[in-house]
Amino acid sequence: MANTEEHAEGQQHPLGIYLKVWAWLFVLSTGSYMVDYLNFQGYLRWTLILVFMLAKAGLIVAVFMHMLWERPALLYAIVCPPILVLIFTFLMTHEAGYTFLTRDLFFAIGT
Amino acid sequence: MAESAVTNTGAAAAEQGVLGALVADWSSDQRAFKNVPWGKAMMWIFLVSDTFIFSCFLLSYMTVRMSTTVPWPYPSEVFALSFGGDPIPLILIAIMTFILISSSGTMVLAVNYGYRKDRAKTAILLLVTALFGAMFVGMQAFEWTKLIVDEGVRPWANPMGAPQFGAAFFMITGFHGFHVSIGVIFLVITARKVWRGDYDRSTPGYFTSRKGRYEIVETMGLYWHFVDLVWVFIFAFFYLW
Repeated sequence: MANTEEHAEGQQHPLGIYLKVWAWLFVLSTGSYMVDYLNFQGYLRWTLILVFMLAKAGLIVAVFMHMLWERPALLYAIVCPPILVLIFTFLMTHEAGYTFLTRDLFFAIGT
Repeated sequence: MAESAVTNTGAAAAEQGVLGALVADWSSDQRAFKNVPWGKAMMWIFLVSDTFIFSCFLLSYMTVRMSTTVPWPYPSEVFALSFGGDPIPLILIAIMTFILISSSGTMVLAVNYGYRKDRAKTAILLLVTALFGAMFVGMQAFEWTKLIVDEGVRPWANPMGAPQFGAAFFMITGFHGFHVSIGVIFLVITARKVWRGDYDRSTPGYFTSRKGRYEIVETMGLYWHFVDLVWVFIFAFFYLW
């Protein structure tokens, strides 16, 4: 591996993969818009929204932001911390549920 | 062996396993992020912090939306637009999404041509990206005007339902639009430097005194793709949910 430093530090990849991912992003965006346009509701709507969202986010981070080709040291340092947000989400759903309950009770008794 | 430990494509990872490579890099001398220019590593760390900021905004929005006893305005109808005929649901937001995706594509091509040292193509693609970004901000300004002037949405109240809708909307899209605007400014600055040949001649930066290199285009690209990435989440959680 007699790479010059310049080559080793650059992220150079064939154009084809970028164009393919670009096309997929358009397809997936159309998909997520269609969820609303076709007026899907309930769990079908939420599942589709999440699937399209995660697919798009994954493609952008992996290919456009080159995470696919980065070394594990950077990949894990960057991608793992945001996963902790899920714990925060868990806490806040319970907090919101509690607030809703107290409001509901207050308005029910207050009137 | 020492050579192959600093290759770019994860050849080291194939030898040691992912965990082995991770430990080797983090326990190594001087640099944890091998083969990543520090400007790029710092951009990534900034983006992680920015991720947390946007996460907090989206989580606050989730919390107020879940805890309100008043019905939440239906975004599909709020952001519908009619071109003469029946209103098309969410059409403006869909167009904005496609514009941002297009700009991400031109950005990634700019990075690619930058590493090929194709000065003209890189500069033009950066300017096209900036133009898409400016279009996005323009459409957002139109959207805000429509909501504020025509529909009377305020951060504390709106005629459609839960008053928290306005606060969440202005905060989240405003902060994202601000990111896009800053991105457009830096895209133009980067395009000018590419066009002048600063990165071919290693001209030092005015503020940083660091040698100009084409990796700066990639770092710029990381920021721009992040802006697109955040929009993916805003689109899903705020507009579609």
